[in-house]
Amino acid sequence: MTLPATAPALLPRGYLAENVLHFVRLLRAAGLPVGPAKVIDALAAVEAVGVAHREDFRAALGAVLVCRQDHLAIFEQAFDLFWKNPRLLERMVASQLPPVLGRLAEEDDPPPPSRLAEALLPRRPPPADDEQEIDLDAAHTFSAREVLQTKDFATMTTDELAQVKAMLARLRLPIAELPQRRTRVARAGPRVDLRTTLRRMTGASRDLAPLAYRARVRRPPPLVVLCDISGSMDRYARMLLHFLHAITNDRHRVHTLVFGTRLTNVTRHLAHRDVDVALGRVAAAVDDWAGGTRIGACLADFNRRWSRRLLGQNAVVLLITDGLDADGGEGLAFEIERLAKSCARLVWLNPLLRYAGFEARPAGIRAILPFVDEFLPVHNVASLRDLAAAFDTTRRRRRR
Amino acid sequence: MNAPLPVDVEATLALLAAQDYVAERRLATAVFLALKLGRPLFLEGEAGVGKTEVAKVLAQGLARPLIRLQCYEGLDAAAAVYEWNYPRQMIEIRLAEAAGGATREAMAQDIFAPRFLLKRPLLEAIDPAGGVAPVLLIDELDRTDEPFEAYLLEVLSDFQVSIPELGVVRAKTPPIVVITSNRTREIHDAIKRRCLYHWVDYPDAARELAIVRRKCPRAPERLAREVVAFTQRLRSMDLFKAPGVAETLDWAEALVALDRIALDPAAVHDTLGVLLKYQDDIGALSPEVAARIVAEAQAGAAAGA
Repeated sequence: MTLPATAPALLPRGYLAENVLHFVRLLRAAGLPVGPAKVIDALAAVEAVGVAHREDFRAALGAVLVCRQDHLAIFEQAFDLFWKNPRLLERMVASQLPPVLGRLAEEDDPPPPSRLAEALLPRRPPPADDEQEIDLDAAHTFSAREVLQTKDFATMTTDELAQVKAMLARLRLPIAELPQRRTRVARAGPRVDLRTTLRRMTGASRDLAPLAYRARVRRPPPLVVLCDISGSMDRYARMLLHFLHAITNDRHRVHTLVFGTRLTNVTRHLAHRDVDVALGRVAAAVDDWAGGTRIGACLADFNRRWSRRLLGQNAVVLLITDGLDADGGEGLAFEIERLAKSCARLVWLNPLLRYAGFEARPAGIRAILPFVDEFLPVHNVASLRDLAAAFDTTRRRRRR
Repeated sequence: MNAPLPVDVEATLALLAAQDYVAERRLATAVFLALKLGRPLFLEGEAGVGKTEVAKVLAQGLARPLIRLQCYEGLDAAAAVYEWNYPRQMIEIRLAEAAGGATREAMAQDIFAPRFLLKRPLLEAIDPAGGVAPVLLIDELDRTDEPFEAYLLEVLSDFQVSIPELGVVRAKTPPIVVITSNRTREIHDAIKRRCLYHWVDYPDAARELAIVRRKCPRAPERLAREVVAFTQRLRSMDLFKAPGVAETLDWAEALVALDRIALDPAAVHDTLGVLLKYQDDIGALSPEVAARIVAEAQAGAAAGA
């Protein structure tokens, strides 16, 4: 039942093992988490299934090398590409080699699976960005590949920016911990821990056995952040991204999604410890920066694709948006109500709230407002601190 | 003695088919590899596509006992692995005290003996009472939390459980492990890496029809075709929860129970709750929309016949 340690040697065909190895390397380059141990597994699987049927061969490799549904498509592409015609691959690699500067823009039709092709090569930024990147680095601004060019923050001095960054990096959201179903041994608690008590009895030299108890484990609920990055939120986006990075890396079970015209889950991109690297990755992953907002459509997308996966176990949702919706709040009330009903607590952070004369006039704002549990400003570091304080209360106000 | 394991993918397909499980070849390959390489099989997919059924069918086909561990939030070792039988231990202590003469050490030895151990599914699978390595079904792993996943990782890599009072219990023959997940959250990659992964998709029309024929033989041929065509069309709609194969079968049964031999909009309207489980989805399927899809489905089914 155990894997043969010498799997490659057992294979009859000389080149198959080598080709499997190359195939695994291709997948790894394309971003699939396949370690060296997977090569041995793959060879064992191929050996078990044989190479008579192409589809079996494909399924065998897939069962071993894929472990997430989202990777299936990449695997299929890579498989077709690699096992159909190795020449095709060579040509594709050649066409993707760093071209003479400026040629890339003229290239109209890259080979079909361009995502895979890009993965084969070291990441190279679009030529247009190069100069800008250097400029930003020299100015010690937030992130090397910031797409956002906000005027307000541009007027800050480097020192001020550094201070803001430092402050945000230390920011914590003390969301009240909730009792879990799991229990642990405790000095006092609602239930007697018979197992520990019995074990203590066998060891103790006294005649009286002290009772051990079990109490509920408490931990913070999952936190889901939905952040608007559309044009109207532009001036706060940088600060908010730092804020998102700080809270995403603060603890486990934080999921961050950004939306403008469409929804992107950036949790994995933000997970890098270094804030500049993390924000660079986010910038690369999101392509609807500073554009329009379709809050209703994005929330509908969230409700359909993500809410069941992320909103379990009493999740708290932070919705960061100014509520200015390009669709005029169409369908928004329905989706926000669904969102509010699927999570334990819905907190709306709105930068517009800082204005004394704030009125809920736009349709989007009026649609959201009835369904949120908390409505708080978020426009500067102080308001983010207040936010932390607002979470620091154990009260759990419920609407309705 | 339990039945021998299948020797190739064809045999695996036949094994599943013999238990009325119409599998796609890809799934059969994953099952075959799991059996052959002794790896856990990780099945992920929407609710109602037959993930749990794979384990049941394997247990029957291979004549092995099925041990099922249903996961839930807060599942802990006492419920999943083992627990000591405290009331019996207490009585034992009391009896020994009454009899007198028992030393503390002897007593400690005695009350942590295997006979006071209550086996829960994981331990039962590793150290089965009958001696036959069972099929262990770990159902809906996504419902439990990360600490249990971490524990499971330990069990799945070595097929052993350590009990502080007794020592390590090792599986003589590793059980056949099937893990399912509805993907309500991502399972940690570390677990998946140790398993063979298969994404169970909705079946295509031909396979779904074969499933309906097998599982609901009382349904007339025309009804079966139309039911399948209808659900296939529903799945291409933008629904909150598309109906699974389980719903298709329930629906076919429901229509048979109502003595229908073909779909008609009124029957669809009355029985929609069997197929769709969200009010939004039922609302989206207004009588006009339903009538249109019925017409399409009937045209499609007739063309396919």
